[in-house]
Amino acid sequence: MKAAILGGTKGMGRSLARVLAERGDEVFLLGRDPEDLERSAQDLVPRSPQRYLVRHAACDLKRVESFGPALDAAAEALGKLDAVIVTAGLYHGQEELEEDTALALELLQVNFSNTIAFCEEARRRLLAGGGGTLAVFSSVAGDRGRKPVVIYGASKAGLSAYLEGLDHKYRADGLVTLCVKPGFVKTGMTAGLKPPPFAGDPDDVARIVARAIDAKKPLVYAPGIWRFVMLVIKNLPRFVMRKIGF
Amino acid sequence: MPSAEESTISGWGGLAVPGREVFSEDLVRLSDGAVLSRGLGRAYGDSACPPADAPVVATTVLADRILSFDEETGDLRGEAGLSLRELNRLLLPRKWFTPVTPGTQYVTLGGMVAADIHGKNHHVEGCFGAHVTSLLLRVADGRLVECSPEVESELFWATVGGMGLTGHILEVAFRMRRISSPWIDAESFRVANIDVFMEKLEESAREWPMTMGWIDCRSTGANLGRGILYRGKWADPAEAPVGPPKAKRRIDMPFNLPNWFLNKGTVVAFNETMFRCHIPAKRSGIRHPESFFYPLDKVLHWNRMYGSRGFTQYQCVLPESAGRGSARRFLEHLTKELGGASSFLCVIKDCAEESQGLLSFPMPGISIAMDIAVDDRTQKLVDDLNELVIDMGGRVYLAKDSFTRPEHFRAMEPRLDRFMEVRAKWDPELKLRSAQSVRIFGDPA
Repeated sequence: MKAAILGGTKGMGRSLARVLAERGDEVFLLGRDPEDLERSAQDLVPRSPQRYLVRHAACDLKRVESFGPALDAAAEALGKLDAVIVTAGLYHGQEELEEDTALALELLQVNFSNTIAFCEEARRRLLAGGGGTLAVFSSVAGDRGRKPVVIYGASKAGLSAYLEGLDHKYRADGLVTLCVKPGFVKTGMTAGLKPPPFAGDPDDVARIVARAIDAKKPLVYAPGIWRFVMLVIKNLPRFVMRKIGF
Repeated sequence: MPSAEESTISGWGGLAVPGREVFSEDLVRLSDGAVLSRGLGRAYGDSACPPADAPVVATTVLADRILSFDEETGDLRGEAGLSLRELNRLLLPRKWFTPVTPGTQYVTLGGMVAADIHGKNHHVEGCFGAHVTSLLLRVADGRLVECSPEVESELFWATVGGMGLTGHILEVAFRMRRISSPWIDAESFRVANIDVFMEKLEESAREWPMTMGWIDCRSTGANLGRGILYRGKWADPAEAPVGPPKAKRRIDMPFNLPNWFLNKGTVVAFNETMFRCHIPAKRSGIRHPESFFYPLDKVLHWNRMYGSRGFTQYQCVLPESAGRGSARRFLEHLTKELGGASSFLCVIKDCAEESQGLLSFPMPGISIAMDIAVDDRTQKLVDDLNELVIDMGGRVYLAKDSFTRPEHFRAMEPRLDRFMEVRAKWDPELKLRSAQSVRIFGDPA
């Protein structure tokens, strides 16, 4: 598989890029900081059984104009695109977002509208190449409105709805859209938060996502236990949700 | 988020101090203004715990990238949080191994440098620092400094074994070693007592690149210091199994066992079983590298076996100059002092040349390490053992220590002044500190 990853230098993206490289996939990195991209590229080379050179291009979810050229650079370097993966996104705590509307708007824009704009660019290119996989990290936070993630959850709920719609519309044309819903995963993004029970490990998430891409699944929870956790949460009556802090 | 006052942090021995960890993939950012870096937290005592007045440590484990690896020479450069476990997973099947490994693979490159770790092959390869070619540090004034045995060598050798007090280690470059196969050709046999042990260790060192012994530290009289000696070398490809070793399954100790679990009775029984069950008395054959190097890694969180009271490891080296009988004298003293204290694991290893690291632990002689459950007698036990070690001209290992008094450490370490001089040159205000440096070196807190 030839895959471009946006966000592959950190957290779950780093783990996923490693899992793909180690199983022989050819990876192209998209991200903000060229020096950071180069360091991650070097990290992936000795992991690849074929010692594929890993190349990269600048792409920033805050800058819509960077999307097209970055994806073109990926397609050109890889020869073709089999998969486009998005693990990048913003996270801020609810308290912080409530106090700072500009920050909330930025988060909504990056996680929702700009991520969708990026997916649209990817969709066009994948369909033009006869199909492929678009795998995007949303979150369990989008499954139900909850106190600690009101705004972040809203951004991910919108993204999840878009991804499901896209999968319905274009699967027949060969474009598989995978919506990844990680639960709480211990990464740099969540460092400082108190891990709940069932907190996951980024390497486990990466393995689950790689398998879901192979199986052409439209939706995957990672770690798997979160599917059941969220099933319960989704079915809790409103009066209960109002009482609990989760 | 819990505030720093509420949360605690501890070394592997589980003795907690107030503090918390901060994480980032970006060590340049993370180390900015930090008082101390921490890796996987396998130092037993307070080496990687923060001082009371600045209770935050910069944990490096998310900075775990390989920055370059030359498959011709073995030269590897990695971020400080890169773990030995990850290196082994990736490179052992390809017949590359670190020149020196400690007894656990849950350590980071930064930690391996800071403690200047040694292993079963100390008599051949020395400490890890001897194989380090370059370090990138963030020193106290905020500058990034690349140092090596050639460039800023004074800083380099103060950092090797310097417990993270000379600068935050951001990147480590060293040379991996080519091995003949990823399997170990091993032998182990029962040893009747400490005198035979000393003889057999010395004899084994001549022909085997890796040696160490387990001692039943509950044995007395004619059996004093009985145990099992392990020795090994990388297997010949012709004798080794085809294909690389598979990763071993791990079991987790999910919670602290009750404090009474390890007591004199269970410890005596454990040691007896360990000795008796080594059947036949001499075994040899091909062994999995993980079970040879890292037998304790099989149980994640095995430290919880000691319960909530926590434990410490006492590790000292007794110099050759103290004479051949020094280990016997030490054990005799120990058996007397240990009384009802629970120590179930005692390890012995001969050490060769002293490292150039200014505070590096090993010196030519014999190293003895034992785990001790902490109770109100532990301070006295450590004091007494330290006095004996000082008397013999030996010293203790900072990476294991929780109880050594400053005056004892000073008496053991003629090199301490030199270390403090170099440290003062790079960090005149002593910004970089640990709970241990406050306790032992008298740093401000």
